[in-house]
Amino acid sequence: MDATALLIASSLNAGTVLAIAALGLLINEKAGIVNLGAEGLMLCGALAGFAAVVHVGATGWGFLAGAAAGAVLSLVFGWLVIWLNTNQYATGLALSLFGAGFSAFAGIPYTQAKLPDQGMSAVPFLSELPFIGPALFRQHPMAYFAVFLTLALIWFLYRTRAGLVLRSVGESPESAHALGYPVRRIRLLAVVVGGALCGLAGAYVSTVYTPLWVEGMIAGKGWIALALTTFATWRPARVLLGAYLFGGLTMVQFHLQGMGVNVPSQVLTMLPYLATVVVLVLISRNPLWIRTNMPQSIGKPFYPGS
Amino acid sequence: MLRLEVRPQPSRAWSYASPVLALVVTVLIGIGLFMVLGKDPVRGLQVFFVEPVKSWYAVGELMVKATPLLIIGLGLAVCFRSNVWNIGAEGQFVIGAVCAGGVALMADKTTGPWILWAVLAAGVLGGMFWASLTAVLRDRFNANEILVSLMLVYVAVQVLNYLVYGPWKDPMGFNFPQTQTFEKAAQVPRLFTGSRVNMGLLLALAGVVAVWLYLFRTHSGFAQQVGGLAPAAARYAGFSSRRALWIALLLSGGMAGLAGALEVAGPIGQLTPHVPVGYGFAAIIVAFVGRLHPAGIVFSAVLMSMFYIGGELAQSRLGLPKAITGVFQGVLLFVLLACDTLIAYRVKWGSR
Repeated sequence: MDATALLIASSLNAGTVLAIAALGLLINEKAGIVNLGAEGLMLCGALAGFAAVVHVGATGWGFLAGAAAGAVLSLVFGWLVIWLNTNQYATGLALSLFGAGFSAFAGIPYTQAKLPDQGMSAVPFLSELPFIGPALFRQHPMAYFAVFLTLALIWFLYRTRAGLVLRSVGESPESAHALGYPVRRIRLLAVVVGGALCGLAGAYVSTVYTPLWVEGMIAGKGWIALALTTFATWRPARVLLGAYLFGGLTMVQFHLQGMGVNVPSQVLTMLPYLATVVVLVLISRNPLWIRTNMPQSIGKPFYPGS
Repeated sequence: MLRLEVRPQPSRAWSYASPVLALVVTVLIGIGLFMVLGKDPVRGLQVFFVEPVKSWYAVGELMVKATPLLIIGLGLAVCFRSNVWNIGAEGQFVIGAVCAGGVALMADKTTGPWILWAVLAAGVLGGMFWASLTAVLRDRFNANEILVSLMLVYVAVQVLNYLVYGPWKDPMGFNFPQTQTFEKAAQVPRLFTGSRVNMGLLLALAGVVAVWLYLFRTHSGFAQQVGGLAPAAARYAGFSSRRALWIALLLSGGMAGLAGALEVAGPIGQLTPHVPVGYGFAAIIVAFVGRLHPAGIVFSAVLMSMFYIGGELAQSRLGLPKAITGVFQGVLLFVLLACDTLIAYRVKWGSR
């Protein structure tokens, strides 16, 4: 019983990382931009966050630094793909390669550093409930933030005028432009907000989740987050559920290892990646699902007057 | 305000000049970085661009690193020209290395030199097999090839780790996670004494000619490119997009696998967890900087190899971490993509 509660709690924690990054990427994609640089953004966010906590001390600064790093890098990405019309895939790839290289380079002084373990904060009363308490209500505040972010995004995208404009920019930039909306600025804003969330997710990994800095520590979480947006057919609530599902999978892997199940550890390490492939296959095999939900102009450049 | 104006025709001149401009800008950024880090920029440039060509031995080392980049980059050029986004070459490289290693480990003292061809063939087939997983999932289930091929990189690395930490570990290896060193017959012969350059370089150069012939002198190569540039036109002409997908992935997977085989049966000589060093990812940059053209890729592979060697020298000579290589690689691709805008657009100042 206790072990199950712990498994659920740790799955939600692992899912939080994926959820925040994937929600950021969802905002990008709703505006019609695919950012393959998520892995690089998360790595740089992780390093910036870790360094900030080492130098300043409070985790809050770490989150801020991570988000800022993600925002700055995605600003460069956004300028390239939106104003210079570079290929989104190639540019995102460049961002991932650069982020991996830069964080490995700049992170060397921090590889030996240690951070104090972050205590999880318990929600008063609710955390005292049997089973449900330890499973759901003894998390880092960021875990609740992910849920809040999901709800906020649902409200924003489907209940506000600004959300409608954002979606129209991703569906049909030509129409949005004809109606007088600044398509490129809206896209850039979406890219920067999405990048900041990726950076924030990275900072959460390095300052709370692990907490340490190792070169390449994001280990594909950025790519899994990208896959999650497709898996969720671009719906925020499904992104959150998908993230928890994958978080659970990561944790089952650790728990199996802990229980001494006789499977080579490498096979267990493969699980999240294999699961991503399986999930992509399951969701993509029905082209109708994808076509009806995918923002219509995703990945396509838009240049007014061309 | 900066304004872009579409050129009536893409500029040929800029398509050649853009990589050169990108390199110049990258070097300027590098000089800035050296100054920020308090290192002499002249010394830094020497380490990256002079020392790697200073002696015959150094040039040999340059070729040793350029060989896998060239081979993988050639395959990726065909892939990207077909608009198939295989970014998992690193995984295909690793599985090629694993399959080649498996064959090489079967050799003993009495095995003839034919085994080398079996080793290389196993590498090619291994790489093709790994790429075919991506192809089948894209073809049958429409799964995104970018994400699938990338996820399979992580899986491939774990396959390698499992083998070298487990069943294939050298029993006499003091418990290090590595296989036995391959028998002499299973290793790629070197071309000269006093240099590590091996037959792989000749295969890579043959590959340059072969890929050039394929792309520009065969019907199939033409169909690949039409499919990449204008899918609608390709459909109208009756070129199968499924066929294009399979050719692109099998070819690039096979090339990456060959590079993996040449690497483990060449400079490394055994399987270790350190086989994947990012050549598969660097080759993406090689392909783009080389304009997806076989001749261009020769230059960009050598350039990228200089970045690798320069990074190692920067570590030993200047006390900079060798991870600086990754920074320069990333910057180069970024800047190149920005410069490529000049091919299709004219930059104008002022508003219309």
